[in-house]
Amino acid sequence: MAEVILEDVVKAYSKTEVIHGISTTIADGEFIVIVGPSGCGKSTVLRMIAGLEKITGGIIRIDGQVVNKLEPKDRDIAMVFQNYALYPHMTVFNNMAYGLKLRKFGKDEIKQRVDQAAQLLQLEGLLDRKPRQLSGGQRQRVAMGRCIVREPKVFLFDEPLSNLDAKLRVQMRLELRKLHERLKVTSIYVTHDQVEAMTLGDRLIVINEGAAEQIGSPLELYEKPGTKFVAGFIGSPAMNFMDAHISRDGQWALMQGDIRLALANGGVPRFGGQQVIIGIRPEHFKIIVKGPQSMLLTVDHTEILGADTTVYGRFADTPGLITIRLPDIHHFKSETILPLSVAQAKIHIFDRETGARI
Amino acid sequence: MLKRTHFNPSPLPYLLVTPQILITIIFFIWPASQAIFQSLLVEDAFGLKSEFVWLDNFIELFTDEIYFNSFGRTLLFSSLVAFLSLGTALLLAATADRIVRGATTYRTLLIWPYAVAPVVAGALWMFIFDPTLGIVAYMLEALGYDWNHRLNGNQAMALIIFAASWKQISYNFLFFLAGMQAIPKSLTEAAAIDGAGPAWRFWTIVFPLLSPTTFFLLVMNIVYAFFETFGIVHAVTKGGPAGATEILVYKVYNDGFIGLDLGGSAAQSVVLMAIVITLTVIQFRYIERKVEY
Amino acid sequence: MVENRPLTNFCSHAVLIFAIAIIAFPIWITFVAASHDAVRMTQTPLPLLPGDQFFINLKDTFTQGVGNAREQSVGLMLMNSLIMAMMIAVGKIIISLLSAFAIVYFRFPFRMGFFWMIFVTLMLPVEVRILPTFEVVANLGMLNNYWGLSIPLIASATATFMFRQVFLTVPDELLEAARIDGAGPMRFFKDILIPVSRTNIAALFVILFIYGWNQYLWPLLITTDKNMYTIVMGIKQMLEAAEESPEWHLIMMTTLLAMLPPIVVVVGMQKLFIKGLTETEK
Repeated sequence: MAEVILEDVVKAYSKTEVIHGISTTIADGEFIVIVGPSGCGKSTVLRMIAGLEKITGGIIRIDGQVVNKLEPKDRDIAMVFQNYALYPHMTVFNNMAYGLKLRKFGKDEIKQRVDQAAQLLQLEGLLDRKPRQLSGGQRQRVAMGRCIVREPKVFLFDEPLSNLDAKLRVQMRLELRKLHERLKVTSIYVTHDQVEAMTLGDRLIVINEGAAEQIGSPLELYEKPGTKFVAGFIGSPAMNFMDAHISRDGQWALMQGDIRLALANGGVPRFGGQQVIIGIRPEHFKIIVKGPQSMLLTVDHTEILGADTTVYGRFADTPGLITIRLPDIHHFKSETILPLSVAQAKIHIFDRETGARI
Repeated sequence: MLKRTHFNPSPLPYLLVTPQILITIIFFIWPASQAIFQSLLVEDAFGLKSEFVWLDNFIELFTDEIYFNSFGRTLLFSSLVAFLSLGTALLLAATADRIVRGATTYRTLLIWPYAVAPVVAGALWMFIFDPTLGIVAYMLEALGYDWNHRLNGNQAMALIIFAASWKQISYNFLFFLAGMQAIPKSLTEAAAIDGAGPAWRFWTIVFPLLSPTTFFLLVMNIVYAFFETFGIVHAVTKGGPAGATEILVYKVYNDGFIGLDLGGSAAQSVVLMAIVITLTVIQFRYIERKVEY
Repeated sequence: MVENRPLTNFCSHAVLIFAIAIIAFPIWITFVAASHDAVRMTQTPLPLLPGDQFFINLKDTFTQGVGNAREQSVGLMLMNSLIMAMMIAVGKIIISLLSAFAIVYFRFPFRMGFFWMIFVTLMLPVEVRILPTFEVVANLGMLNNYWGLSIPLIASATATFMFRQVFLTVPDELLEAARIDGAGPMRFFKDILIPVSRTNIAALFVILFIYGWNQYLWPLLITTDKNMYTIVMGIKQMLEAAEESPEWHLIMMTTLLAMLPPIVVVVGMQKLFIKGLTETEK
């Protein structure tokens, strides 16, 4: 078990820089999730920690030791790959024992460790099978087992659940979380699935185009997204964004269709008179009695999901559809006008140019 | 095997297979059965009448010391060619697979001997090893080693082994490289994290996973060495000196066309056919066992 | 690769370059020999660097011929090789396409029988049935012509298998759609099947062209007329002559010419070649 520290880590392929300096400290025993859209560089970060990619700049420390120049096997880490990377010609037992054999563990010790891991992962009956005779979930567990037996300082996960079907994914997600609570090994987990990220991580690192947009607990990211990108990436359905104009005194946001939103906490006087972007999550709209504060949504269509209803519509002439999510079942005809309101605290304001939170 | 839907019955399919089937019957099945038939006959010296002798030709063949020696020589030749070209190709493929930059360039520079005809390969090697003029023979001479494959049977054998292996390396290299590239990269990465160094990874992960390719190539190389090297032998040594390089396929040709021993040559053909059929069947049985990643 | 050890990388490159040098050595010597004059080629040690006679030798090879193959021109032999290789490659592709189509898309009596009959050809290379096949060709009057050179070699189990494999991966819906559109079997074959297997056909062509060009034993048996000699055979004739009057500079020039077309095809169509090779043989 160990702390992992990234100091201004940079990765470049010949001249193109793909990771632009990421710094963070991952505490001992923490479960951290690196999340971002595909191609953002999140796997590259993980592979640099693993030692599978050279580190172009910056420093990575594991348990206080700088590992930049160490080969993967000397970093005392274990990794679960997206396709599991089980050795197809070896039995489940040998797959798990391979790393121990290479580290010259005694036969009894190997057997004891593998048995223990197999028991933990409910693989006892499968030790003599070859990977191809296993189901997706079982392969996933073997890949986990291969990591556990080594008792490494850090677990690395590279989208380990993405090859499973939806139901199994939810189940394995739960098992992973429980496993982490038992073993308390520092874990770094890469995924593009924000639901996985929110449910698994103690903290999340949101990566976009090779840079860390925000690092924080799932709730922090949800309630106070640091940038427009994070706001749009975390949460489903995604946050609505609308152009707005801040009143001169900074107390109001004015939008097309004569919508005036009062801003919380004394407003944003510094940005008085400027163009900004307003973000509101679909689930934060409420239907109210028509009044001066209400925003009038013209319904385009609705999707009734049972537990809740997603309504798509427009405010006056705004371009693009606005999504709102209402609990329970609602039947709205197209062109119905819904008066809505939003609590002041749930309104997010972003800089139009930089996308930074205001 | 067959499509779920097909066209309605009609004479068309027969028409479509006719050319292939006709050629197969006329040029493959008929001659092959002729060979089997002739292998049971003995013709007199003038080719006027022939006599049915059952398996006498085969008995004669297998009691003939010359044929027996030729068989042994062919086995030696094939195994050395297979070993040399497979070994070199495996080493080169493993090396090329390691390399990130320039792998395609190396591949281009390694594949072209495949395109060289066996006879031409023979001509090249014959020239550089020519006892009076050849550049390599000259260098060996300078080192105090006397090279003359026209007189020394072992040297003649070595020469055709070199020429045959040289030509086969590119074929093996391509298959090994394709096989290695089909192994998911994450497997070697997982092994590296598990603590295996490059050499150990090769022997415990890559080589076992390559075994279907290796087996396939082994059979293909034996077939190649048995049959397709005729051109090399014919151009370079003509089976000589004193039969030192007379491999089976050369002997069939020599006994049949030059020696005009029809029955004996036919019996040899039948033996060769049996060998090819055995190899093909082994090949097909093994192909089913493919590795799944 | 995972590790980044400069020394290992350096060694890898060194091994490959060394191997390429060894493999290319015979060709280099051939090229060098083809660029010197007759006198230089009789003095030991033979040169290791090219001379200035390359184009003169090239001209001589084409205009005078070489050795006891002097009567037939190198140009004619190259042409014969080209015709033979093309006939074999195209012929094999056509008859294999047709029979694979029949076997995959029709259900008819003896279907499996035909399939196995084609399979047999895989097991019987020319080398093992030389004499009887020669007799058949002689009886059919096909000695010393292009038909005799190519037709007995155009039955192909490998090509048929490959096309069968390709056709089996063509989705059934295509045939169903074509039938609904009213296309008959041959229309479907021509408008849909051939276009979708285009790259496979091209890949196979590369392999078969080389196979045809490099044929040796077969032309050796059935051509006695010097006008039908192929270039690969021609080299053999020259080598025999070389034992009396070595004209290595011209022989090696001819060897270069004989190697060139297949090498150009392999290197120029490398991607197709590798695809063809690894897919047909497996």
